[in-house]
Amino acid sequence: MKFIKFLVLGILFGIILTKGEVISWYRIYEMFRFQSFHMYGVIGSSVLLGMFMIQVIKRRQIKALDGEPIKIEPKERSFARYIIGGTIFGLGWALTGACPGPLFILLGNGISVFIVTIASAIFGTYVYGRLKHKLPH
Amino acid sequence: MELLSQPWRWYVTGPLIAFIMLSLLISGKRFGLSSNLRSMCAIMGAGKHCEFFDFNWRAQSWNLVFVAGLLIGGWIANHWMMNPAGIQLSPDTVMELKQYGIEKPGEALVPMELFSWDNLLTIKGLTLIVLGGFLVGFGSRYAGGCTSGHAISGLSDLQLPSLIAVIGFFIGGLTITHLVLPYLLTL
Repeated sequence: MKFIKFLVLGILFGIILTKGEVISWYRIYEMFRFQSFHMYGVIGSSVLLGMFMIQVIKRRQIKALDGEPIKIEPKERSFARYIIGGTIFGLGWALTGACPGPLFILLGNGISVFIVTIASAIFGTYVYGRLKHKLPH
Repeated sequence: MELLSQPWRWYVTGPLIAFIMLSLLISGKRFGLSSNLRSMCAIMGAGKHCEFFDFNWRAQSWNLVFVAGLLIGGWIANHWMMNPAGIQLSPDTVMELKQYGIEKPGEALVPMELFSWDNLLTIKGLTLIVLGGFLVGFGSRYAGGCTSGHAISGLSDLQLPSLIAVIGFFIGGLTITHLVLPYLLTL
């Protein structure tokens, strides 16, 4: 039962990204061609509001529902892994038109071939895990 | 009912995404979807021969439940909230994609002639569906996060590593869209 909240949030997120057309290959294409403001508006407004929320959480030291302080661990310092990994991710994002969340939402929308993309993404994660030690980080 | 079938504008969608992130923070969790792919590797037993997958994925079960929600949410939106008019893309996008042989840009969520089982074993299908998925999985774990973890959560927290990752997302995305798709789609 403690998981029901996350199921509901997932359902809401699936509806939000479908209705906002964020899971559309076309919208991602349009974004990378700078032909529409839509995706920039979505990401920009989300980040602006998110910044405000996180500032309030930090300044007021707001606690989570379980009473623990909300601590956001800083990401580890590096350049190579973010720029190289990010670029590889970007190649995949523009090809599939989907990042990891939307892959599952598209499948839920009945576009069944995305099950192959999901399997491929899991395999990609696995290959990264195997090669991790040999890659610059 | 009008509100349900119409597409939601960016100023509705963006803030709602921020509220999902906030709900997870308040619940003591972090917003990040790509870590589920790592959990799925661990569930399938990858931890037995690879240290990277030898972790307690059960602590991440809440996130897998979130993913189950994504499937249901997509299904609900598709069955009861579908916009019959399709996606209103910019005229430039529509014109370009028609030149690349996509007949009705925006009619469905994705170009159905490309993302179909019939097209899977063609050069286009293998590149978009299989290679694309591989790069999403490989790259997001390499970068330590995807759009939710870096672009939304990381930038909201003013994290420099996330800004670097997002710059990478755009280097990769611009390369494909400007240099690869014009050739790939006209093959």
